[in-house]
Amino acid sequence: MEDKLLEIRDLHVEYITDDARVFAVNGLNLDVNKGETLGLVGETGAGKTTTALSILRLLPERVGRITRGTIRLGDRNIIDASEGDMLQIRGEVVSMIFQDPMTSLNPVHTVGEQVAEVLELHKKYKTREAAEARVDEILRLVGLPAERKKEYPHQFSGGMKQRIVIAIALACEPQLLLADEPTTALDVTIQAQVLSMMKELKEKLETAMILITHDLGVVAETCDRVAVMYAGEIIESASVEQIFDGGENHHPYTLGLFGSLPDLTRKTRRLNPIEGLMPDPTDLPGGCKFHTRCPKCMEICRLEEPRALIENGHLLKCHFLESKLPGFSKISPESVTRQ
Amino acid sequence: MLKYIGKRFLMMIPVLLGISFILFTIMDLTPGDPARAMLGEYAPQQEVDKLRDELGLNDNFFIRYGRYVLNALQGDLGTSYRTNTPAIEEIKARFPATLKIALLAVLIAIAIGIPVGIVSAVKQYSFTDIASMMSALLFTSVPPFWLGLMMILLFSVQLRILPAVGSDTWKHFLMPAAAMAAAQMATLIRMTRSTMLEVIRQDYIRTAKSKGAPPRRVIFRHSLQNALLPVVTAVGISFSNLLGGALIIENVFGISGLGTLMVDSVKGKDSPMLIASVMFAAFVGGLVNLLVDVMYIYIDPRVKSLYVKG
Amino acid sequence: MTDQSTILKRKKVKKRSQLKSIWFQFKKNKLAMFGLFIFMVLVMIAVFSGFFLDYETQVIGQNMKERLRSPSAQHLFGTDEYGRDVFARIIWGTRISLFVGLFTVALAMSTGTIIGALAGYYGGRADNVLMRIMDVFLAMPGTILAVAIVGALGPGIVNVLLAMSICRIPQFARIVRSSIISIRGQEFVEAAKACGTKDRRIILRHILPNAIGPIVVQATLHMATTILGVAGLSFIGLGIEAPIPEWGSMLSAAKSQMRYQPYLMIFPGVAIMIAVLSLNLIGDGLRDALDPRMKN
Repeated sequence: MEDKLLEIRDLHVEYITDDARVFAVNGLNLDVNKGETLGLVGETGAGKTTTALSILRLLPERVGRITRGTIRLGDRNIIDASEGDMLQIRGEVVSMIFQDPMTSLNPVHTVGEQVAEVLELHKKYKTREAAEARVDEILRLVGLPAERKKEYPHQFSGGMKQRIVIAIALACEPQLLLADEPTTALDVTIQAQVLSMMKELKEKLETAMILITHDLGVVAETCDRVAVMYAGEIIESASVEQIFDGGENHHPYTLGLFGSLPDLTRKTRRLNPIEGLMPDPTDLPGGCKFHTRCPKCMEICRLEEPRALIENGHLLKCHFLESKLPGFSKISPESVTRQ
Repeated sequence: MLKYIGKRFLMMIPVLLGISFILFTIMDLTPGDPARAMLGEYAPQQEVDKLRDELGLNDNFFIRYGRYVLNALQGDLGTSYRTNTPAIEEIKARFPATLKIALLAVLIAIAIGIPVGIVSAVKQYSFTDIASMMSALLFTSVPPFWLGLMMILLFSVQLRILPAVGSDTWKHFLMPAAAMAAAQMATLIRMTRSTMLEVIRQDYIRTAKSKGAPPRRVIFRHSLQNALLPVVTAVGISFSNLLGGALIIENVFGISGLGTLMVDSVKGKDSPMLIASVMFAAFVGGLVNLLVDVMYIYIDPRVKSLYVKG
Repeated sequence: MTDQSTILKRKKVKKRSQLKSIWFQFKKNKLAMFGLFIFMVLVMIAVFSGFFLDYETQVIGQNMKERLRSPSAQHLFGTDEYGRDVFARIIWGTRISLFVGLFTVALAMSTGTIIGALAGYYGGRADNVLMRIMDVFLAMPGTILAVAIVGALGPGIVNVLLAMSICRIPQFARIVRSSIISIRGQEFVEAAKACGTKDRRIILRHILPNAIGPIVVQATLHMATTILGVAGLSFIGLGIEAPIPEWGSMLSAAKSQMRYQPYLMIFPGVAIMIAVLSLNLIGDGLRDALDPRMKN
């Protein structure tokens, strides 16, 4: 219990536009321990980025709103924190890296300046030299020559830009790193490099990480725990070993995700995508949100939202499994904790 | 960089040639005989013919144009038909007044336009934003010369604090510059606002916020420089417009500048003077654009690396 | 525990034709609609003034006994230095300004479109030559070129029309050209070519419809600047001459009467401003309505 760094309970986030209300996050519960890497998996539109932005309270100003729930970081409540507190938290306690490295860096500042800035904002260095030395150190840490710090972002490749972004994010040694599909926009070979670098640094600095991705391979490589997200809520969460155990005791959606992966060992004629599309977030279905696509859909799925089931750290939200697995203990949605 | 500047200068030459050709042709199509205009209605035809011969007015169009270009390349932009002085002298005498007004107008436009645009963007949809957008809209629709007239009515006739006519003291330049600045200022407000709004939506601004940068810093250190890049170019272009607008403003305020010179040359069928003054105006416009582009190259690192070594 | 409250009905968005959806966006913009309304009023005034006013007696007929009167019940805007009713003249001036604006833009737009289309579609040599010529015209500050042309040809409506449209042609040509270049590269044009479609058909049926948006916006805004430009030219005596009640020339006369009757200077200027403002509002509204990013 002492190890818990981040605790999100019953988070509801909406985007309000002229035409509609978009229910992006609907009753999300999430825990991250110190130093742990949590993989947040789901299709595009599941609400993963919104969740991350909510932790930093960086939702688009007039449009995005947290309508319910709590986010606890250590002993601080993010939802009620003042903007001044948030300014301190961002970059120093919690950092975020975004998907597209090509546009994440300011084109008119040198790379060195951009790294130095996060240090300037949070750490007070006695001398200019000390600060500069730290900048050099960080750049080297991500595998970039310190001499290049006077160059501009456009002079670097995509992979290198992402390293710079990571350098900025880790410069103040935050407790939690939110990584939103950090390697999706990169070449496969570069992906591997950047991921292994991130893993190294993370271990060195003992940073916890929420790694948002839709790539199960990446999850297997880098994560300790996995949370599967669908239509704004977590429908399954477990340790990496549990998720990849190949068994049948998984949420139908999770099984669908695995099943839709091409398998190099088996001969198949066609891929098995999950039928249908993610529901329209302005017009969500009643009951279990996955029921319209679920091969195991039962009558009750259409009517009632499933409660959370948990056993041995493995959490599920599914009526079908509830009936199938009496061993799992049911818990009320408000108090989901891990053993 | 020098190569770039050199190239730009070279590119101006065909443009200037083109201008002179077009104007030469237009003036040629004019009914009216400059020699007759110079000597007056009652002068005997013989004298007029003699003068035409002297001035080479009876020669073929291309010969005359060719002669003009050759002279121009040697620095002789012709002699005014009306005043019989070299065109260049007249231009030199008249241009400073126009330049002062234009520069002052640009300064006013920048000094007010850009800050207001920034505030509008940052406080989008607030009262300040809406008010400045409304005023900007109005100012782009107001005829500058009418604005000038209204100012004269208010400040010269009613309040008697500013002079209406002439170009002697700095006070004489205030109203003309303000009248010309209004439209440019409005354009700058709208443009700055829209570029700021665009920049604010960019990913790198999100990165800056995620670093914990406070709002002021996000605006001044991160957004501003990026937003001003297109605005800088626009200022250069608007300078050309100002030179054009000067024509009419000078008329309103009775200022003897380049604009009045052009209008008088047109009315007096004084081709050499007209062509010389228009080419000069185009040249100055081109120069300003070049300056602005060079400045831009230094401000935008992405472009700088293309032109400047190191 | 059912959770019906999470379902919220949103407005059903029907599928619309492109034109209708643009109009829908435009309608949402209250300022733009206001501008459109004002413009319609002006058009009505221009069209119907002929029925209510007799040109000879009311607009240009002189009445020296009544000269330089201040606004009153009889003469809403007062009278000018020749005793003419200013209100009637301003109303008539609407005709002039709108007419000149419309025709100038129509002329410039058609010529410019042809030039720009040729340059943009065929590229290469033709493009280079045409654009160089356009550049020369653009290098001259607009008013100056117009002054030169009108100065050479003499004042009068036709010459002003000609001069103003020549000034505007390069800008239209540029816009059309860049629209065409950006569309030319797109795949559906390749597809059409692959089917053997003739060039002219491609331009007319495929490319121009997509380029029309920016052209129309420019046309509206150019009409606004033309009205301003013509007023300016008339003001310095190189435009539309007396006794035709063009707003700019009315201002020029008003200036000389400034000491005796300052009211004369106000109304023509306000008229110009209203006309130009309405067109600017419409142009802005169109531009916003056509911008795909705004459709949220």
